[in-house]
Amino acid sequence: MKIGYYPGCSLLGSSREFDESVRALAPALGLELVEVPDWNCCGASSAHVLDHHLALALPARILAQAEAAGLTEILAPCAACYNRLSTARDALEKDPALAREIEAVIDLPLAGTVRIVNILEVLDRFKDVLPGKITRPFAHKVACYYGCLLVRPPKVLKFDRAEDPQSMDRLMAAAGAEPREWNFKTECCGAAFSVTRTDLVAKMSGKIVDNAVKHGAEAIVVACPMCQSNLDMRRPEINAHLGAEHTIPVLFITQALGLAMGIDANQLGLQRHMVPAVMAPAAV
Amino acid sequence: MSSAHPAPAPGDSLASRLRAERGINLNHCYQCGKCAAGCPVAEDMDNTSCQTLRLLQLERPELDRRVLESEAIWLCLACETCSTRCPQEVEVAKVMDYVREASLALDLAHPKSKDILAFHRAFLDSIRATGRLYEIGLVADYKLRSRHLLKDVNLAPKMYVRGKLPLLPHVIKGRSGMKRIFQLTLGKKR
Repeated sequence: MKIGYYPGCSLLGSSREFDESVRALAPALGLELVEVPDWNCCGASSAHVLDHHLALALPARILAQAEAAGLTEILAPCAACYNRLSTARDALEKDPALAREIEAVIDLPLAGTVRIVNILEVLDRFKDVLPGKITRPFAHKVACYYGCLLVRPPKVLKFDRAEDPQSMDRLMAAAGAEPREWNFKTECCGAAFSVTRTDLVAKMSGKIVDNAVKHGAEAIVVACPMCQSNLDMRRPEINAHLGAEHTIPVLFITQALGLAMGIDANQLGLQRHMVPAVMAPAAV
Repeated sequence: MSSAHPAPAPGDSLASRLRAERGINLNHCYQCGKCAAGCPVAEDMDNTSCQTLRLLQLERPELDRRVLESEAIWLCLACETCSTRCPQEVEVAKVMDYVREASLALDLAHPKSKDILAFHRAFLDSIRATGRLYEIGLVADYKLRSRHLLKDVNLAPKMYVRGKLPLLPHVIKGRSGMKRIFQLTLGKKR
């Protein structure tokens, strides 16, 4: 099965283990990734703050590039890219006049034929074959953390339940994990302020890490590079804020599944985490 | 309403412009407070989201200005909890985007928001130049703009040894197209 692939900027830098683990998992599932040619940044959390039209044009160029390459569907593993691309696509679909205006800005034809899917949607397509590929069950209690951008706004994304999503919990259960009930599945971690208001991030991400630990999780599993960076790289600030010594690792869903499928930890980029993510074999 | 403050002419208030330009009708808000109740930064805001909506609903220039000058609009993280839970389907997060743009256009951004703005500008400048975000360039640019030169100096080496901080930017081929996009959108305002 072939699918368009839009890694997004953070998967080339601070979250390259997400890209590595997606690329390691794909062939094992029989998925062929076709990268969108000459893709640009989606504008992330900054474009929409300063300029409405810029926030539409940057994703529109990506969609136009994908169309030109004959792609009808692109996987955006980063939840922020998934959200920005989907939001722009939705706005342009609903307003043809605006779509023509943006088409003139990007100077590329845009028919609006490309669908954007997130990593959980794509992995879910393999739910029937996945159990047969699990060779080393990820037998740990986990807190599946979706964050905000994978599920909101629900009318645009039309993916899972906005308040209590289940897709990642189901995938992790299929990999042999025990997903815990907990309180902050979709609470915002404060990602956009990681550099500017680290104090707020420590407070917001602190609630998330603390709650996952209190509900017995041994790992937090995520599908967003910004959530991962915040909960992992900002752990010293989080622990200082909480007055705690939380050492719970934060893994991408693709890393956790990859481990369960017997893929080498280094190939999945586990050595790149700040909080050590060496998952000892769980006692059975 | 006192006659000293006549109602603004139709089309003049932020609320009427929001209706005309983005199709958002603030009169649908009946002040239940659910947006603020779920907002993860409400306690740090000078006006909570529902207060912001209330100020805008009254369509008075001095109250519009209170919104434009508030720190709250810059603390909104666009997590969309408010829009998702609004029983009246008011897209609160989009209202925040709109008033931020208006605040910038009138040069009314709250002084405490200058670091946040510096970050967004550095972020977008990086994309304008190369087409993709260049993290080292972003942080260097932000430090210069914000003068927080020593912020996170311990983090960079840790990221570097883990291969998370490529030294060179990823430059796309369609850079002229990117420049055109910026000129025709953000550039019009500068």
